[in-house]
Amino acid sequence: MSAPILSVENVSKRFGGVVANDAVSLAVPEGAIIGLIGPNGSGKSTLFGSIVGFHPVDGGSVRFRGEEITRYRVPKIARMGLVRTFQQTHIYGQMSCLANMLISIPQRQERFLASFRRPKGEEIERAESLLASVGLWEKRQLAAGELSFGQQKLLEFAMALMCEPRLLLLDEPTAGINPTLINGLVAQLRRANAELGITLLVIEHNMRVIMNLADHLYCMAHGRILAEGDAEAIRADQRVIDAYLGAQ
Amino acid sequence: MSGARDWWLMAALLCVGIVAPFLFPALVAQFAFLWLMVVFALSWDVMGGQMGYNSFGNILFFGIGCYTTAVVQRDFGFDYFAGLGAGLGLSGLIGVGAALLIGRAILGLRGHYFAIGTLGLGIAAAEIAGGWHYIGAGAGMVTPVFPGGVDTRNLFFYGLLFALAGSCFIFLRALYQCRFGMAINAIRDNEDKAEAMGLHTLRYKITAWCVAAFFLALAGGLAGNMIGFIDPRDVAFAGATYGVWMVLMAVLGGKGTLWGPVLGAAIFHLVQELFWTYLLGWQRVALGGLIVLIVVFYPQGIMGWLRERRAGHAVRDGEAQA
Amino acid sequence: MIANLELLAGYPVLGLDLILNGLLIGAVFALAAYGMALVWGVMNIINIVQGELVILGGYIAWAAVGAGVPPLLCVPLAAFALGLLGWGLYGTVIRRIIERDLFISILATFGMSILLQQLMNQVFGADVRTVDSGFGTLSLMGGMVTVAQVKLFAFGLALLTGVGLWLFLSRARLGQAIRATAQNPRAARVLGIDTDRTYAATYALNAALCGAAGSLVVMAWTIHPYIGLQYTVRAFMIVIVAGLGNVAGVVFSGLGLGALENLAGFVLGAEFQVAFVFLLMVLVLIVRNLILSRRRSYLR
Ligand SMILES: Nc1ncnc2c1ncn2[C@@H]1O[C@H](COP(=O)(O)OP(=O)(O)OP(=O)(O)O)[C@@H](O)[C@H]1O
Ligand SMILES: [Mg+2]
Repeated sequence: MSAPILSVENVSKRFGGVVANDAVSLAVPEGAIIGLIGPNGSGKSTLFGSIVGFHPVDGGSVRFRGEEITRYRVPKIARMGLVRTFQQTHIYGQMSCLANMLISIPQRQERFLASFRRPKGEEIERAESLLASVGLWEKRQLAAGELSFGQQKLLEFAMALMCEPRLLLLDEPTAGINPTLINGLVAQLRRANAELGITLLVIEHNMRVIMNLADHLYCMAHGRILAEGDAEAIRADQRVIDAYLGAQ
Repeated sequence: MSGARDWWLMAALLCVGIVAPFLFPALVAQFAFLWLMVVFALSWDVMGGQMGYNSFGNILFFGIGCYTTAVVQRDFGFDYFAGLGAGLGLSGLIGVGAALLIGRAILGLRGHYFAIGTLGLGIAAAEIAGGWHYIGAGAGMVTPVFPGGVDTRNLFFYGLLFALAGSCFIFLRALYQCRFGMAINAIRDNEDKAEAMGLHTLRYKITAWCVAAFFLALAGGLAGNMIGFIDPRDVAFAGATYGVWMVLMAVLGGKGTLWGPVLGAAIFHLVQELFWTYLLGWQRVALGGLIVLIVVFYPQGIMGWLRERRAGHAVRDGEAQA
Repeated sequence: MIANLELLAGYPVLGLDLILNGLLIGAVFALAAYGMALVWGVMNIINIVQGELVILGGYIAWAAVGAGVPPLLCVPLAAFALGLLGWGLYGTVIRRIIERDLFISILATFGMSILLQQLMNQVFGADVRTVDSGFGTLSLMGGMVTVAQVKLFAFGLALLTGVGLWLFLSRARLGQAIRATAQNPRAARVLGIDTDRTYAATYALNAALCGAAGSLVVMAWTIHPYIGLQYTVRAFMIVIVAGLGNVAGVVFSGLGLGALENLAGFVLGAEFQVAFVFLLMVLVLIVRNLILSRRRSYLR
């Protein structure tokens, strides 16, 4: 594997008395698909927030493509090509699905004056084909807020792809998605990874999906990294089994 | 709203705008005020409707325009038209400058904190103007006398305000069709997401605020001259009248739509003229009651109501076909 | 302005006078602010008509005194009348804007404030009004510091009302229902609390507080139909500084605001005192927001 595109070192985050992340370290190699699992409330979503600058961390460092980004703010980190999706869907409710896609083009080299042009034909094409790939093409003129939760989840995923990130953090992409669609979604993720070269870090509760998808897995519990390894190793790890059983 | 219908409506409005003062010569001043109201509602809606930043202090820029133009006319020794032109130019500049400066600080506030913060700004401006002797303090300023008869004067300002309203509409229409329009809509719908996707949110917010400020400052320069007398609290920084009307007109017509503010301004102007003519002394009581009624029962405005009705029809049609 | 500063530096006792008088009015601000915090916290409504309720309380006290009621009785009278009005306002308007967008509640209560302003102007006239409470003036430090006794009385009564309110909220059944509803309306409903009635009581209580504050204002200072918004802004600012549900904080920021405002009015000139209040509010908002933004958060 190549050099890590993202390396998290000893990141801690407290909310009042709750220690949501406790000296968490992990590395995401360029081009890989990495899984992040753990019982409810183990601090996975909080770690995403810590990485993308959603809240200031209490300690530790985050490096993206060799650059120290621990103190950067969300928009700047996003423009560097590190984008996350939300567990609770975040979309632009009153705008049409197509507009949701069109506003999600990469902002990396976006000049200020460029915001005073209309969307280009190729952008519209790309937006529509991405919408089609998640099965939302028929809904493209519908206000995004009218979509069901699962559809919003798919839309948010398509928006993330539209943004062409280098590293995409997905927070439970299959939650609320119809089981028959999940296979398609997994194929999409693979394709984004292989064809577009997007590195993926995926939080997932669906073990079948994540064991299948990820090259390498981290398991969190009580704000700490409990274990890491490939699917086999994680499946066999007694601590992981205990964590899940203990939580239930 | 489809493009073709937009153009038809705009052409029709253009005709009405040109013909009206000759059909009803007695009402030219009223019509001029109507266009002023259109500028108010349109420029408020950039922030309030399209971006979700409900400002109660946009009157600030109107007042800046009033005073800047009047001061240029008083102190620069130009003749009337040159003075007016220079004054308007400077008003636009200072308005935008003020928006840039204040915007950095105040656009970090969100939701109701922004609304009340801007309300405070507008009133503070009125109080400062009311105590500042350079601009006449509480006694206000009188603008120079128009070189010509009353009718010519009215027609002159009518033309300018009509042109301002028209260019404001066309400019905003174009703006809303670019990526900029989408970006400010995105900020309205979910600012956290917009940030997470890397949009330059602060930059867009400040730009929108500057656009509103520019048109309002020009409107202020013109309106101050048309009224002829600039009172700090009742004309320039008239938060309790113009300042609230802006919001109300946009809400009445339909926030966040292109035609809503225009429609809202037209209807509201009529109502307001009626109140101020027939209910003098009680006009604000009636207006306050109207605000409560509109906000409580029709918060989506006329355009929103029309759209809901259409959507309802579509659903029923769909069921009929099925 | 510089001259005023020099005067102040030369005669610190003058500053004492200003601060003392400011503290006294600050207690009355705190009363209105406490009502605002209550409505905001419990019903999630920013009550822009707050200041008009204060002024209306003042007018009712003024009218009652005119009709021969002794001034001291006017305080409970105004509170009671405003409480009734608050109940009525809740039933007609406020209940319809609860749980709606905050913009809607701001605009609706703003409409009510415009309505009340002119209504008061028509009913009570446009003159500045005050009530002679029959108290004398207290002279301290050889006449350098003077305090009208009625201001002391207003101060004491405001604090007393605050304590009473705190006791009510922590002890009385209705008070506990109000606090429970503020915490979690849905859970309160499940527990059998009639939230609609609780809201009505909260709003009426708030209006009564405003009425009491207004009657104190008209005895110790003056009122005018169009100055209500200043009281709204002061209340808002105090709540922002103190936070919701912090009685001591509200009292201290109220007193602080009163003193600061009085000093600023002297230094900048009386014509800029109102501007100072409003700019201070904007400043408080911006600074609080900046502090939060260091934690990547914002005022909400
Ligand atoms: N903004 C916040 N304020 C206070 N506590 C928080 C906040 N966000 C998260 N927490 C707490 O931090 C802990 C970790 O939460 P987090 O959302 O990261 O868990 P998670 O692993 O994503 O769980 P799930 O699988 O259920 O999504 C929880 O105990 C949660 O209550
Ligand atoms: Mg989570």
